[in-house]
Amino acid sequence: MFGQANVLAAGQAGFPPSVEDFYLPSILPWGAHDSYWFTKITAMVWIAVGVLIIFFLATYRNPQLVPTKKQWFAESIYGFVRNNIAVDMIGHAGVRFAPYFTTLFCFVLLTNAFAIIPFFQISPNSHIAFPAILAIISYVLFNYIGIKQHGFVKYFKNSLIPPAPWYILPLLIPIELFSTFIVRPFSLAVRLFANMFAGHMLLLVFTLGGFAMLSANAWLAPVSVLSWVMTIALTFLEFLVICLQAYVFTVLTASYVQGALAEEH
Amino acid sequence: MYFLAAEGGESTHNPIIPLWQEVVVGSVAFAVLCFVLMKFVFPRMEQTFQARVDAIEGGIKRAEAAQAEANQLLEQYRAQLAEARTDAAKIRDDARADAEGIRQDILAKAREESDRVIQAGKDALAAERATIVRELRAEVGTIAVDLASKIVGESLADEARRKGTVDRFLSGLESTGAR
Repeated sequence: MFGQANVLAAGQAGFPPSVEDFYLPSILPWGAHDSYWFTKITAMVWIAVGVLIIFFLATYRNPQLVPTKKQWFAESIYGFVRNNIAVDMIGHAGVRFAPYFTTLFCFVLLTNAFAIIPFFQISPNSHIAFPAILAIISYVLFNYIGIKQHGFVKYFKNSLIPPAPWYILPLLIPIELFSTFIVRPFSLAVRLFANMFAGHMLLLVFTLGGFAMLSANAWLAPVSVLSWVMTIALTFLEFLVICLQAYVFTVLTASYVQGALAEEH
Repeated sequence: MYFLAAEGGESTHNPIIPLWQEVVVGSVAFAVLCFVLMKFVFPRMEQTFQARVDAIEGGIKRAEAAQAEANQLLEQYRAQLAEARTDAAKIRDDARADAEGIRQDILAKAREESDRVIQAGKDALAAERATIVRELRAEVGTIAVDLASKIVGESLADEARRKGTVDRFLSGLESTGAR
């Protein structure tokens, strides 16, 4: 906090960037550092929700059998998740999960994309709260589906007891318990969070690093330019990560649901 | 805050600990998004997909039905054509057979007629010949008797009648001629 104040007083960004760079002052009340209800991050979440709702309602207000361009675009997003994730992973039973998977995919993709959209330039998913919510929903979803499908006892028997010789089960059951019921939500949340956090951190390092070198010594200007070129290159990498992580989150959720629905281990 | 800042140097936030305010905001926002999209948008997309599939499958089914009907009609026409050809051939064969039959009939009748005419001629000739022979025989007898009477005398006529002389003579003549 003091560091930031110093940075603002000195008229230059701090280098190296720290965790504090992820916690911007709140918008309402303006400039407060300990209020989190209405910050840039939460505003972006609401914007993402609003944009997605408006986009889908507007394009699908009056659906035609022969689609218009916009309708086709909205349908191809849904069709992609439905056919390439839900049906591919789960089979025909996956169609009923397609609406949730598509909502999840669109939300993660758009909130991730804020990381490289000018003026947003940070993803809400670099705060672990949002990936954690989505991971908990996935966790509850696949366990609920599994219990509903098989009943409580059979579901846990299916999940915990792999088809292995009895003498190895004492080793396998704790591993299964740990990996399925404890690690899954954490890995899901942390994977998305860490990717977005690291991506933002990398862009900060190269952008601020350029300024830091320039202000330290004018002779370092060519290196600053190189640093900013790296920023541009890393933005492309970030774009890849954004799409990939949205896809991975959805695919893993689908895979967990598939595992819960499966008859045998 | 101050406490944390004092303890941890610059860092007052732990990025691994979620801010509960953000959890609340995120949950509400995501719930709103899920509600709207999963209730009003994606089910309608599913319906549209289904309608599209129905339309395409319906079109294919209609085309298949039309094709099947066309094939059936074609088969029917072919069958009818084949039947007509068979009928025509049969009629031709019948006509030919009839003509042959009529010809045979006419020939048979003509032959019969000619046989009849020939037979009638023969019969008539035979009858005529028999008549002539009978008449001649009577006449020859009469003439002979007359001539003999004229030569021998009138009484001979009764005598000849009584004894069959003339007949005997004539029979002798005939047998001599036959021999």
